[in-house]
Amino acid sequence: MKYVDEFRDGQLAREIAAQIRREADPGRTYSLMEFCGGHTHAIFRYGIPDLLPDNVRMIHGPGCPVCVLPIDRLDAAIELAVEHGVILCSYGDMMRVPGSRKQSLLKAKAQGADVRMVYSCSDALKLAQQHPDREVVFFAIGFETTTPPTALVIKQAQKLGLKNFSVFCNHVLTPAAISNILESPEVRELGILPLDGFIGPAHVSTVIGSQPYHYFAEEYQKPVVIAGFEPLDVLQAIRMLVRQLNEGRAEVENEFSRAVTEQGNQKAKAMVAEIFELRRVFEWRGLGQVPYSALRIKQAYADFDAEKRFTLTRRSARENKACECGAILRGVKTPRDCKLFGKQCTPETPLGSCMVSSEGACAAHYSYGRYRDEGQTIATDADR
Amino acid sequence: MKRRNYSSQLDLKQGRVEMIHGAGGKAMAQLIDELFVAAFDNSCLNAMNDQAAFSLPPGRVVMATDSHVIAPLFFPGGDIGSLSVHGTVNDVAMAGARPCYLSAGFILEEGFPLADLARIVDSMAAAAREAGVPIVTGDTKVVEKGKGDGCFINTTGVGVVPAGLNLGGDQVRVGDKILVSGTLGDHGVAIMSLRESLSFETTIESDSQGLHDLVAAMVAAVPEIHCLRDPTRGGLATTLNEIAGQCGAGMCIQEAVLPVRPQVQAACEFLGLDPLYVANEGKLVAFCPPAQAEALLAVMREHPKGREAAIIGEVIEDAHGFVQMETAFGGTRMVDYINGEQLPRIC
Repeated sequence: MKYVDEFRDGQLAREIAAQIRREADPGRTYSLMEFCGGHTHAIFRYGIPDLLPDNVRMIHGPGCPVCVLPIDRLDAAIELAVEHGVILCSYGDMMRVPGSRKQSLLKAKAQGADVRMVYSCSDALKLAQQHPDREVVFFAIGFETTTPPTALVIKQAQKLGLKNFSVFCNHVLTPAAISNILESPEVRELGILPLDGFIGPAHVSTVIGSQPYHYFAEEYQKPVVIAGFEPLDVLQAIRMLVRQLNEGRAEVENEFSRAVTEQGNQKAKAMVAEIFELRRVFEWRGLGQVPYSALRIKQAYADFDAEKRFTLTRRSARENKACECGAILRGVKTPRDCKLFGKQCTPETPLGSCMVSSEGACAAHYSYGRYRDEGQTIATDADR
Repeated sequence: MKRRNYSSQLDLKQGRVEMIHGAGGKAMAQLIDELFVAAFDNSCLNAMNDQAAFSLPPGRVVMATDSHVIAPLFFPGGDIGSLSVHGTVNDVAMAGARPCYLSAGFILEEGFPLADLARIVDSMAAAAREAGVPIVTGDTKVVEKGKGDGCFINTTGVGVVPAGLNLGGDQVRVGDKILVSGTLGDHGVAIMSLRESLSFETTIESDSQGLHDLVAAMVAAVPEIHCLRDPTRGGLATTLNEIAGQCGAGMCIQEAVLPVRPQVQAACEFLGLDPLYVANEGKLVAFCPPAQAEALLAVMREHPKGREAAIIGEVIEDAHGFVQMETAFGGTRMVDYINGEQLPRIC
């Protein structure tokens, strides 16, 4: 397929992999975090670890919007559907995430709640137009990539004069989460988490641009290479990070220049700024309370804010105590470090959010990589 | 058969299914006479008994049943009627058997247009005739409006396995080659393109077709075949995992040789799906000893339903029964069971 196959070329992959093996200094390790779940998925799906030398290690970051949503926000969404009787529209990935008391949106649906899976927030807007007698709530989650479309539907809803449409806003911000990881004691003081550099987000960066990452490169002296989600993008970014580290550089480089500019998408950013404002603090699963890391709907658009429109009770949310999603999201632990992984917790019976989304580290490792744990690998071209 | 006299003909243009059509009285008899018997037309059915009586040729008898709840009922390349024949004919044929007879059970929703029902029944009749498998007995039930979704169809088929054949997942051996009969994911993508929440334009048609004739050619030429299976719901990935579980071995396939149409690849790309998990309704997977693999491939490619057949991998020793894939990119990964539901009501 045009514009896709070019970025999945096996021959080119082997050439870049050979360069990485040549350039990586055998006397040191390279611990690189891919922030985005999209990269995590690509790394597993295309078998990228097979192509890397042992001392180049990938650490999976928290960039999976489904995984980082705290349980009490999911509980609130379930409450909207069950107790307020709204048509709750959600992206498919959220449907099976377990909330408190073994509840999930999918289970709520089976019990009679009107939960609809949508591919786009504009589908939720359409539903509101089709059902003027019902309250329709869009369960908005995601990083800077999904925020502009949510802003757009709120504007459209206002223009259409819709009285039955609102958004339960859970949009979060990438740079705040990267700061949080770099400031964490595990990275700064204890050295539990060696972190040499970042593969920067693909789609998020098309919106925010490469400019916001300069701070991390300068302040924390960590190189950042922004990369696309195709496997060759990821390999190329790894090579660029290895080079920067070898040369003692800590710069922002843009591998994804076909889509990402320095300033990003100005129009999208302006629309987001018009509708949303920063929350002083927001809870992330795994990272805890992160200051200025999420968005809420501005007062001028309060009519479309589900949190203002409905009274939501704050119940204490319960997580499974043995679940290691938190540590896995910070990169401190790997899926295999969790006692539940592959036993009680599988993609069919997920206990933690990282096992639900295909971008979650646990689901990706379970579905694509767990045969490695059993030592059942086959020889690949890279080994031969 | 002598037809009964009804006061007026069934209105196949404007008429709708009513509760009375399932009540056992004259209205039901008329629906059966003028629609089902007229279309399916064979001596067993025409005898109007509560059961079909028939003899089978000698050999092991196989039986398969399949309920069809697909939405939408009509789709590019077929409809629930033809699908309900192909689905069961294929399940029978995967034993290496020649399908002989079918039954059909209809669950109709009150208010369903008789014109649509007639279209479905005609399509079923055409598919059954093409497969040479008469629909010899049936049943009709009507449920109140809102209690069904238009039309559900159950079909059951019986067939006979030629002497000397013993196919099954447990027969698969380490070293066996894995073959597919053609492109993957066509049916699933055709259905998805019509779904209300997705609806995109594509030229892809469902691959819904009977595979009995392809199977007959294959088992005649290579009776050493160990297993045949049609990768329907859950796609090729799920079928391979099922068989790996049955035979207690692992599998390794090569991504680079998997036949996938560019349009299906493109649709999967933007929907975030993997063609390995998308449903097929007219394709089969075959396992055979390595010595016969090339001969089997040649037979399949000679047949119009196997033109794009390919050898995609082999069965390997692995007590865990993992299915692995060498990616076109040069790495390896696991190909697991389908996780959750990719799309409900695909068949």
